[in-house]
Amino acid sequence: MSAIKLTVNGKSVSADAEDRTLLVHLLRDQLGLTGTHVGCDTSQCGACTVHIDGRAVKSCTVLVGQANGSKITTIEGLSRGDELHPMQAAFRDNHGLQCGYCTPGMIMSAVDMVHRHGGKLDEATVRQELEGNICRCTGYHNIVKSVLDAAGRMKVANAAE
Amino acid sequence: MGVEGIGARVTRKEDKRFVTGKGKYVDDVRVHGMTYAHFVRSPHAHAKVKGIDISEAMKKTGVVAVLTGKEIVEDKIGNLICGWMIHSKDGSPMKMGAWPAMAPETVRFVGQAVAVVIGETRNQARDGADAVIVDYEELPAAASIKAAIAPGAPQLHPEAPGNVVYDWAIGDEKATSDAFAKAAHKVSFELTNNRLVPNAMEPRAAIAEYDEAEEHFTLHTTSQNPHVARLVLSAFYGVAQEHKLRVIAPDVGGGFGSKIFIYPEEMVALWASKKVNRPVKWTSDRTEAFLTDAHGRDHVSKAEMAFDANHKMLGLRVKTHANFGAYMSLFSSSVPTYLYATLLSGQYNIPAIYAEVMGVYTNTTPVDAYRGAGRPEASYLLERLIETAARQFKIDPAELRRKNFITSFPHQTPVIMAYDTGDFNASLDAALKEIDYAGFPARKAKAKSEGKLRGIGLSCYIEACGIAPSKAVGSLGAGVGLWESAEVRVNPVGTIEILTGSHSHGQGHETTFAQVVADRLGISINQVSIVHGDTDKVQFGMGTYGSRSGAVGISAIVKAMEKMEAKAKKIAAHHLEASEQDIVIENGEFKVTGTDKAMALANVALSAYTAHNLPDGMEPGLKESAFYDPSNFTFPAGSYICEVEVDAGTGKTTFINFVAADDFGRLINPMIVEGQVHGGIAQGIGQALLEGAVYDDSGQLVTASYMDYAMPRADDLPSFKLQHTTTLCPGNPLGIKGCGEAGAIGSSAAVINAITDAIGNNKLEMPATPDRVWHAIQARA
Repeated sequence: MSAIKLTVNGKSVSADAEDRTLLVHLLRDQLGLTGTHVGCDTSQCGACTVHIDGRAVKSCTVLVGQANGSKITTIEGLSRGDELHPMQAAFRDNHGLQCGYCTPGMIMSAVDMVHRHGGKLDEATVRQELEGNICRCTGYHNIVKSVLDAAGRMKVANAAE
Repeated sequence: MGVEGIGARVTRKEDKRFVTGKGKYVDDVRVHGMTYAHFVRSPHAHAKVKGIDISEAMKKTGVVAVLTGKEIVEDKIGNLICGWMIHSKDGSPMKMGAWPAMAPETVRFVGQAVAVVIGETRNQARDGADAVIVDYEELPAAASIKAAIAPGAPQLHPEAPGNVVYDWAIGDEKATSDAFAKAAHKVSFELTNNRLVPNAMEPRAAIAEYDEAEEHFTLHTTSQNPHVARLVLSAFYGVAQEHKLRVIAPDVGGGFGSKIFIYPEEMVALWASKKVNRPVKWTSDRTEAFLTDAHGRDHVSKAEMAFDANHKMLGLRVKTHANFGAYMSLFSSSVPTYLYATLLSGQYNIPAIYAEVMGVYTNTTPVDAYRGAGRPEASYLLERLIETAARQFKIDPAELRRKNFITSFPHQTPVIMAYDTGDFNASLDAALKEIDYAGFPARKAKAKSEGKLRGIGLSCYIEACGIAPSKAVGSLGAGVGLWESAEVRVNPVGTIEILTGSHSHGQGHETTFAQVVADRLGISINQVSIVHGDTDKVQFGMGTYGSRSGAVGISAIVKAMEKMEAKAKKIAAHHLEASEQDIVIENGEFKVTGTDKAMALANVALSAYTAHNLPDGMEPGLKESAFYDPSNFTFPAGSYICEVEVDAGTGKTTFINFVAADDFGRLINPMIVEGQVHGGIAQGIGQALLEGAVYDDSGQLVTASYMDYAMPRADDLPSFKLQHTTTLCPGNPLGIKGCGEAGAIGSSAAVINAITDAIGNNKLEMPATPDRVWHAIQARA
């Protein structure tokens, strides 16, 4: 067992966990943050994607010890109160989700993608960047639309700040 | 149409919880005192279980219990069932081998459970399972149709000699032979429909709780049809009595058919929760999902078509072998028979059809309905056969189809189905226009000049949805009726709850169903809540599959609404001192037509519940329910056209354009309908280019993770261009046909027809990987 200290969605948390515990299981089972999902066991599907120190990471690839001391944002920490993050709003407005299971991971990956590309995204880039997130419902058509839409909204939001 | 009514592109009510991570899936649920189950699964495709040593496992920290197949048999828990009886040509019933939830004596596929370990934590259950020692005596395995029907093949079940489940036929054999005898042209074809793994992104899961005092069970499960689950678990397996079992299917992360069935794991979880007197949770991991979720497709077929001198179809003869896997899953028997061979007439006037289907056991995971279920197999076979014919006759494939289209309705096919309506020319025209079919030869020539192989492929599909008229399916062997139920509860303040037996696992019912109600009453969808997925709340329901929620589920809601509205009109007329025939419903008010007299819905509702001033003899309250049984199947149809470019050097296929023109009848929410089509096309393209469950000769599934099984990813797919043409279904109140499976049914043949057109070699099987395409190009040369 190890004592783990993290900052999760802006709050300091500490937990005791077996060394073999994956970050995704700590988030879900011990911290009750069940918005981060497990869809495979091989770090292929991306449903477990969270931000660790600002970068999108598949939380099923990370042992809790490796994450110790880091700042983590999960899907639950993305919106500001009732106001959805532009990426969340774009997924809703463009019907970028159906069953919703892959959605948190998609959104966390997509936010990081927009940050890295400075809002300069086209369809081919979005499709290539989403290679690590699997969706079985949407055929990606509306996910791609959502990400491109959000990229524009985030640019506007950044310009306003 | 109001801004939120029928036909409006309303954003989904359910999305806020999903985009904020607040969805509630089964694995998100935690209950006090919960234990965790981990199954011990067979590593062999066929073996005798000689003994199970649990002594080491029981010593492991946190292991609560180890339960085996022997105990489940001793407790007289019933075997898993197949709920659709099919009779062979000789009149004998299908041969069903016994399927205990955990194997006491013999395992017949890799992944079949032999024991379960209950632990205090997920990891402790897993550690315990690793310490269970099973003594297997390996037996020879038959891992494919070919191996299972070969002389001297290993036998799976004593009940099924020769591994044959059934040898079934439909249609008129003699009339079809006569058609071939007088044919001017014949086209024949052999093809495989590759086995797929459904892969809903949420793995299956179950939480079973037993209340000793009440002798009552609660099961949270990832189900498309919680009431059917309760029925089967109680009536056939005897785990719990129906009135002592509550089944809850909360947010479910996709199904595609795989979550229709009642699997061993939820049955064992229920049984174990009573055994250990603690709640038991089981969550599948992805490899378990590959090994134990029912697979789809897996046919090997020979087809031949007879034409007259003018290229009019005379007859179709098909012989299909269908792989059932090691056991008969819940609806498996119906898939390669009544959901497949009855659609072999496609969009065409074919005077004579004869189809034979042999169902075969193999030492592989059971096979059952997967998105489209039989209809993609029929459509793929027919559309490749017709494309082959067009190439053989050297005539335009669009024209060959058009020449043979059914153009008058109703149309009785030779294989049971009576098509009620359609306009196949309209959808073909829309697709041809959208893809600029006329401009294709120039595009092909230009591509050729650049060293690329360009191809175009058509697929004109029809499917039978709105499953299904209960009497009809009963006569064909179904063990259940396939109606739907609904209840409308108008609360005293005028808000409305709709209780439905349909289940949403991505389809957006909370929005579309509310739109129908909002449209009728002229209110906001925010005044309407949709309640589903809980057998304690909804009286009964048959669930969601076979594109039935619109055509059957919504029709039940409309029927219940009509009853409620009739009563509400009586109340309004009483208060407004008018005749109930003069009451109309507009903008949430009951108005006396031609006057300014009106009573708000909320006031009508309040009046119904205070009951101070109701018409004489009227019962208080404003709540009505209805059961709707469809009069016929519905027949969505359309034309899909795909344009591809193939790199001759690598065999890689690139999409240039993909067009889908569908006729789904009335659309409630076009945005959601389009989403369904996108997802279906992706699964059809996945089958055509990427996906395939591969077993080696010993019965090991070598594609049992996302490292090996090629799921379609964003960069494998194009954006899609959709068109809608409309003929309203005459069989249900709103004219809905259903849209959930069309994409998966229509798209595979379009893709393969495009690739074979590009490379000039018609011999190509799915998935058309670059390796296969490259070899096909070489074979042509």
